[in-house]
Amino acid sequence: MSPTPFLVLSALLFSIGAIGVLVRRNAIVVFMCIELMLNAGNLAFVSFARQVGNLDGQVAAFFVMVVAAAEVVVGLAIIVTIYRTRRSASVDDASLLKY
Amino acid sequence: MTLLAAPAFQAPNLAYGRLSPLLIIFGVALVGVVVEAFAPRELRYQIQSLLALAGLVVAFISDVLVASSSPFSSSAGTGAFGGIEAQGAIAVDGPAMFVWGILLVMTLVSVLLVAERRLEGGLTAFAGQASALPGTEAEREASARGIEHTEVFPLVMFAVGGMMLFASANDFLTMFVGLEVFSLPLYLLCGLARRRRLISQEAAMKYFLLGAFSSAIFVYGIAMVYGFAGSFTFADVDNAISSRVGADGLLLLGMGLMGVGLLFKVSAAPFHSWTPDVYQGAPTAITAFMSACTKLAAFAALLRVFYVALGGARWDWQPVVWIVAIITMAVGSVIAITQTDIKRLLAYSTIAHTGFLLTAFAGAYQGTIVLTNQVSSLQAVLFYLVAYGFSSIGAFAVVTMVRDSSGEATHLSRWAGLGKESPVVAGAMALFLLSFAGIPLTSGFTSKWAVFTAAWEGGAWPLVIVAVVMSLVAAFFYIRIIVLMFFSDPVGEGPTVVLPSMLTSAVVTVGAAVTILLGVVPQPVLELARHAGEFVR
Repeated sequence: MSPTPFLVLSALLFSIGAIGVLVRRNAIVVFMCIELMLNAGNLAFVSFARQVGNLDGQVAAFFVMVVAAAEVVVGLAIIVTIYRTRRSASVDDASLLKY
Repeated sequence: MTLLAAPAFQAPNLAYGRLSPLLIIFGVALVGVVVEAFAPRELRYQIQSLLALAGLVVAFISDVLVASSSPFSSSAGTGAFGGIEAQGAIAVDGPAMFVWGILLVMTLVSVLLVAERRLEGGLTAFAGQASALPGTEAEREASARGIEHTEVFPLVMFAVGGMMLFASANDFLTMFVGLEVFSLPLYLLCGLARRRRLISQEAAMKYFLLGAFSSAIFVYGIAMVYGFAGSFTFADVDNAISSRVGADGLLLLGMGLMGVGLLFKVSAAPFHSWTPDVYQGAPTAITAFMSACTKLAAFAALLRVFYVALGGARWDWQPVVWIVAIITMAVGSVIAITQTDIKRLLAYSTIAHTGFLLTAFAGAYQGTIVLTNQVSSLQAVLFYLVAYGFSSIGAFAVVTMVRDSSGEATHLSRWAGLGKESPVVAGAMALFLLSFAGIPLTSGFTSKWAVFTAAWEGGAWPLVIVAVVMSLVAAFFYIRIIVLMFFSDPVGEGPTVVLPSMLTSAVVTVGAAVTILLGVVPQPVLELARHAGEFVR
């Protein structure tokens, strides 16, 4: 079975994630879009693993999942701290540092 | 394939001796976490700081032992020594061991800054209780009771461990894990400042969101290169490129996406926008650590990926690196002129330095075995990062000492007349700034000379000309600060230099000593970098 449809889907997911990061304003949603990009990477990993016929890509998907979980821990901690201080999780409101 | 047909499990072969510097650092970091859980609160600061310092010293000694006992690899004539360990995951070669050693020393110096307590009146510069809201009763109570977050020491140890892994990774998966292991603690450390917590938290959020974005792009790049080569190992990717087996489109896409991820970490324009914000908002000790160590680790990884794995495709990436180098130098040097905050100005200066380093990277000069007085691009970049790292840590250490009632006085107007207030501190800062500007007899001159020579030999002479022009532009704003410190009258009551403890004084002294030594007698370190040779393949 050809991996092409899966790669196309993964490219779509990656693009949706990347566009989401650029246009959305809520830090949580931006972070969800980043997770979407990581999962698009996972889909590409397993599709290519199927195509080239070794297990490296599937193992990589597990590594990426674990790293993404660690990133959630750190990321949510930071976003919650910001929210508690400012009562807002919008990335536009965090604008003390500029120029 | 059924389970029964699966081959018997074979334990991976780990050369514990060769990997000992990494293992010691991660071990000390884990012990630090346990200490945090079990040691009584009053003792934690002493235990954690001594543990971190001892771990760094022991890891450095073991790195020196590994380096002095490593035989030259069998592929003689390539100038590489050392070998590939941990089943192909980690390259313990000359450049890796050199980077490890320098990372450990620079982290040791940064930890002294992190441990400084006298400047804040007996407490570290990190938030007493990160969960307490800024400006509330809970926050005041936490500082009145002298509560400190001593977790910063294990976090720094995890960060340096990740950097060492990142700089020595020999496959893309290990490199990604290393990238995250050093980034995640840094995101947290950035948000832990005791003073000006709002901008510190904002810096942490910006760094986190942009850093996670860039590492997601990096992961997708890895997936594309995996699709091209069918393997994560650098040597396999190199083989696939030279035999042109895969689809070129995948390679180009993967190379571009990975380049974005790595150039983000070295803060090259147009991926630099996080740098000023994060450098300004983060606690100054952490800014010093990042400016020296993150840059060194990220450049080592960048060079390893592009020289070892993607070296066969250099005609594809070299033109892009040329453009990125020019934009980075221009952005760093020109925008720095308009800055009014010293930390932000130093952040733009670090972007300009990234541009100068990229010229040597773009030159990709291999060096010749015959001409032993030439340095290759890799060796020049490593030498530059040693020189820059120590000056940069020293400069940020000075920033922590210039204070007013609200903490560090980072606005440039507060620095006017500093030379009259404290000639020694202002003199040290002037020395670091002259080194950044590349004035002879400082380390900045010899290191710039090394990278520009490597770039020139590699055929990137137009880049060298741009770099020299941009150095002149950059010299303008460095000199302007020196003039401000020595020849301007203080505004209002003027700046005050708080007398720090031995720790910060030691950092400034070490920074100044290395800056002068590498400027006057650069040979020993240059020789060490040359002895480190090239990457093992």
